[in-house]
This record gives sequence, C-alpha cells and structure tokens, in this order.
Amino acid sequence: MISIHHHIPDDMLDAYRAGTLPHAFGVVVAAHLSLCDQCRAGQEAGDMIGGALLQHAEGATLRPDARDRMMTALDAPPPPPPLRASGPFPSAVMHELGGRPPRWRMLGGGIRQQILTADREGSLRLLYIPPGKAVPEHGHRGHELTLVLQGSFSDSGGNFHRGDVEVAHADIHHQPVAGRDEPCICLAATDAPLRFHALIPRLLQPIFRI
Amino acid sequence: MLRSTVLPLVDEGALGFRGEDQQPMDDLSELSRDLIAVRDSRDRAAFGRLFDHFAPRLKAMMLRGGLRDGTAEDVVQDVMLAVWHKAGQFDPHRADAAGWIYGIARNRRIDMARRRPLAQPDEMPEIESLEPDAAQIIALQQEARHLADALARLAPEQAEALRAAYFDDIPHSRISEMTGLPLGTIKSRIRLGLERLRHELRTIAP
Repeated sequence: MISIHHHIPDDMLDAYRAGTLPHAFGVVVAAHLSLCDQCRAGQEAGDMIGGALLQHAEGATLRPDARDRMMTALDAPPPPPPLRASGPFPSAVMHELGGRPPRWRMLGGGIRQQILTADREGSLRLLYIPPGKAVPEHGHRGHELTLVLQGSFSDSGGNFHRGDVEVAHADIHHQPVAGRDEPCICLAATDAPLRFHALIPRLLQPIFRI
Repeated sequence: MLRSTVLPLVDEGALGFRGEDQQPMDDLSELSRDLIAVRDSRDRAAFGRLFDHFAPRLKAMMLRGGLRDGTAEDVVQDVMLAVWHKAGQFDPHRADAAGWIYGIARNRRIDMARRRPLAQPDEMPEIESLEPDAAQIIALQQEARHLADALARLAPEQAEALRAAYFDDIPHSRISEMTGLPLGTIKSRIRLGLERLRHELRTIAP
C-alpha cells in the first residue's frame, strides 16, 4: 500500500462529485482516486449519504411498461469494460492515451512530454523527467494540478511520490526536480497555458503547447 | 480490520462484533442481499425487486435534477441496466445497495450534462478475489441503517443543506447562489449536519 501525503483539495473533490470540473482536472482527480484509498473512501461516504437520502425520497410514478422494458433489456450484451490500468497509468489515463503506451516528444534536457488534451478549457499532459533533472522554472496563469505516477519530485512545495498531488496557484513559481532513484512520470493539468521565465521556453510555448 | 467508511463515525471495535461467529448475510439489508444475488447468480427475480424499490426513487431524483419525464424514465432504465451489468463490482465492505446504486445514478446524471463523460477511477477488483470480512460488512451495513434514521432527525435547514450537497450534488458555491445565503453559512450547515450525524451514530451504536 502506498502512503499518500498530498491530496486533492476538498473544494475540487466537491466539484468532481458535482461533475463541474473541466475535463483535464477530472482526469487527474480520477487518477488520484484510483491510487488514494482515503479520498476514494471519502467519495464513497458521500454516496452513502446520497443513498440514505435516496431511500427517504418519495418515488415518482413509472410508466406502465417500465418494468417489462427493463427485464427485456437485461438480455442485451453488456457494454465493453473501460480500459484497464497498465503500468504506472490508471484507467482514466489509459483512456486518454487511447489504450497505447505514451508517444513521448523530446523537450530538451532529457525531459519528454505527451500532450493528451489542449483546448480553451486547459491542458492535460504526461511529463517524463530523468532522475535528478529539473523542469524549467515556470509560473501559471491559472491553476496547475500535478499527480506523480512514477518516481518522485521535490520543489518548494515539498516532496511528492506516487499518488501525491501538487496544487500550484497563479502566484507560485516553482521548479520541480525529479528524485534520483528512477525517472519521474507525472500527469499535469492546467486551466490555462503555462508561462516560462526563460526566454526560449517562452518563445517555444506555442509550439510545445505547454 | 474494521474500517468505518461513512465518516469517522465509530471507533474500531466499539460495536463489539466478533466476525467469526457472525453470519454477515443475516445482517445485510434485503436490498443488499438482492444485489448480491444479482452479482453471484444473475438472479432476475432479485433484480426485479431492486427495480421495484429503486426505479421510482431514481426517477424522482432525476426529476429533481430538472430532467423531463420521458428523459428521466430513460435515465432510470440506463442506471438500472448498469446495476445489472456492474453488479460484479458491488462490495458490501465498501457500500450498501442504496449508496452503491446512488453512485451509479449520480455519474449518469453528471454525464447527461457534460460534453464528455467524467473521467472515472479504476474499477474495484471483482469481489471473488477478496476474503469477506464479516465484522466490516456488518458494521458498514449497520452504519448505513443508522445513517438513514439519523438523517430523519436532523434540523430542517441542516437536512436541506445535506440534501442539496449530497443528493442533488450541487456545488457549495451554487447552493449559496440559489439560496442567497453566504457560502460560509452553507458550509457550516453542511458541517453541522455531518457533525450531528456523527454524534447520532455514536449514540445509537450498541
């Protein structure tokens, strides 16, 4: 059992429950819930309360054919199951990868990434950082949510291992450095494009879409 | 290990169960037993009973969420069909039938309103692979029953705040907009409601 110290903030878990999170953040939350029994149990506890309220609810009248229609539908073949977790990637990430291993693009300094989605709502990408390497210092216009899937990294916010999430706000400038033991693979979501301080990464931002 | 899933409600061992001489099936609600019969033997009669119990309530839930009658009816069919197909994942250590079915309905309602479906956590391992832990199953099912009783005794404004947050699944900020009450008031009503539930569950526990 892995021990997780950095969790998804409560407000974000509420928004996930309510279905109002942008897609990129929703994937990070789903991936964290796949690894974090504590947060998952919290979500299930919410469903227990929802279930108790459902028991109390006064039922609405069904159409007369509803039951027959239901029993007939049971004979149809079941829908295909969701993609399974594979290696460090939970099922929600495998879904974004289309069931294939990542196709990394080099970013320089041994750092690789694969953009999973990028649109006006934000971006979602996988990052691969070689042991001991640093990601260029960057700030954010919006929020950035980074989940460790393999290895570890540290920055001014602390040490982050598999399952840990770092939440960076617009005013934080951070420079994550991967742990020395193995390459670090992270899932990172933003609700706005990143901005880098060094000139060249900034010029390249539209090309790399980071 | 006895894990209290609902809230940190009951101290480990406080219920005084000894797992080995309890029959967990006797302590399950009829609904959870029916769901296990669907899971283990594709029991259509048991599924019919689940449908009779939950379908009208699920329809009421969908109508509360603003769906039209015909759409609500279709969504109920989808939810109950998912119950039939996903029953293999029902784990009485982690949920009672009502909470588990509610979770499926909540996700279905969310996806109705979204451009793309909400990303989902990994499915739980199929239940055959786990040794049943009688004490935990009994404790969880009892908590579920007590929770339902305790909800009925909440102050109306606390009950309403919990209903908005946990049954209609409206974000706290939106509840605040809808009611015109400050966000802090909404949060404290929800917190007080949860505190009260926790207290009630402690005093009820034998």
